[in-house]
Amino acid sequence: MNLTAIRAIYIFEMTRTFRTLTQSIVSPVLSTSLYFVVFGAAIGSRIDTVEGVSYGAFIVPGLIMLSVLVQSVTNAAFGIYFPKFIGTVYELLSAPASFIELTAGYVLAAATKSLMIGLIILATAFAFVDISIQHPFWMLAFLVMTCLSFSLLGFIIGIWAGNFEQLQLVPLLIVTPLVFLGGSFYSISMLPPVWQTITLFNPVVYLVSGFRWSFFGTSDVAVGYSIAAIFVFTLACLAIIGWIFKTGYKLRK
Amino acid sequence: MTDIVCITDVRKTYDSGFEALKSITLTIREGEILALLGPNGAGKTTLISTICGIANMTAGTITVGGHDTIRDYRAARRLIGLVPQEINLEPFEKVINTVRFSRGLFGYPKDEAHIEKVLRQLSLWDKRNSQIRELSGGMKRRVLIAKALSHEPRVLFLDEPSAGVDVELRKDMWNVVAGLKADGVTIILTTHYIEEAEAIADRIAVIAQGEILLVEDKSALMNRMGQKQMIIELQTPVETVPPALSAYDLDRGPEGTLIYSYDTRGERTGITKLLSDLSAAGLVLRDVQTRQSSLEDIFVGLVQKETS
Repeated sequence: MNLTAIRAIYIFEMTRTFRTLTQSIVSPVLSTSLYFVVFGAAIGSRIDTVEGVSYGAFIVPGLIMLSVLVQSVTNAAFGIYFPKFIGTVYELLSAPASFIELTAGYVLAAATKSLMIGLIILATAFAFVDISIQHPFWMLAFLVMTCLSFSLLGFIIGIWAGNFEQLQLVPLLIVTPLVFLGGSFYSISMLPPVWQTITLFNPVVYLVSGFRWSFFGTSDVAVGYSIAAIFVFTLACLAIIGWIFKTGYKLRK
Repeated sequence: MTDIVCITDVRKTYDSGFEALKSITLTIREGEILALLGPNGAGKTTLISTICGIANMTAGTITVGGHDTIRDYRAARRLIGLVPQEINLEPFEKVINTVRFSRGLFGYPKDEAHIEKVLRQLSLWDKRNSQIRELSGGMKRRVLIAKALSHEPRVLFLDEPSAGVDVELRKDMWNVVAGLKADGVTIILTTHYIEEAEAIADRIAVIAQGEILLVEDKSALMNRMGQKQMIIELQTPVETVPPALSAYDLDRGPEGTLIYSYDTRGERTGITKLLSDLSAAGLVLRDVQTRQSSLEDIFVGLVQKETS
């Protein structure tokens, strides 16, 4: 195992994060804080409780998930797309490192950045709403697993993307709608029965539900399903990345 | 000398059906400088990319230091340093960080003394904390070399290292290459500057249309294929070659001069007879010069022969 290579990529990527601190961390935290102000404090104060939780507190896990999912995908996608774009990918392809090591370097860096953002948003939430975490270990576990699995997805998107437009396409047109429709701002029990069934095909439902359970002890779907969904999703992403490196899809000529 | 890179029957066919490499077989000896010459699109970069793992080969085997580049890619790639043709660098990163990154990526532990040595060797030490985007084109190219040298390669591929580099820097680079050779590094160089190959290479390989046309010791090649020319300047320049001299296959040079090409290895060069026939034809000599054909002449001749 070329751990030195993983470390080198990780440090290189994290250096970029800290070099562009405003864009990397301040910007997503600020935009999520606005959600807290608008939905949590302003509108939320006029909405009744949802499943026994104040609306302001109810949306906290969903908002964290929204940021973490989008950031994980975007960070990892940009992380591998940029070397492709500027041509430095030659060095990665000629290095004595396996696809697992290269992927680990980029995905761990992207996941770390997303985790930092998620934790900062959580800390910010305490300033706006009264909230408590019933299962802190599971809250952290869900957060870490989500950061990792969606960073893997982002890594795939970064390899697939042929231009900056395609790079933005999936986060903007697929991930964000899935998060909004995945129960970030509501409980799926509030939907008509048909839509409740349709929503179950949205993988983000399982993430938001499990994450919300770690906060309030209530969930839309059983926690076991949420954990299983994350593992299945992670394995699927790893299998796709393995295939990409084996065939050289969009990487090797 | 042992062979450090062995390329056996390597083929590369793109999905479009284009055959970039046609059964290439080539061995590179440890410690030598091999210049890989060829016109644009000949397959030079594709061959290097295939050895380094950037492009997949369709068939064949490549070993570096005895390690198969597919089955034992880690060991093989650890021996290789690559300086690509394009200046591919992260523009906002500091010089020293990008060099450190390369060393780490190749699995080598931190060694600030080595990084400093490489940066000093390439006159980049003073620029170590500059962002890449602040550097000139020549300096960026040196950063690429520093990155490749950061992980102490035994085989270094230089793909057009002096493209866009001024004469002074090119000479500096030749000195760096000479220093690396002295350290035992094997160097494979592709270049458009034939004079570069002529100046620093030990052996020459010529590639055209995905095929190796020849691989030969540079001096032997120049002796074998090199021709000498005698440029005859006349007191009164001539418009056409006099019929009396038609047996000599003379060419007309600039300003009415006559050019006689001859083989230095031949038993008789024919010079004495030509001079006597010139005199008999009533032509008065003003000056005579000779010149050895360069590697460029040989290269152009070979490629033209192949493509015709």
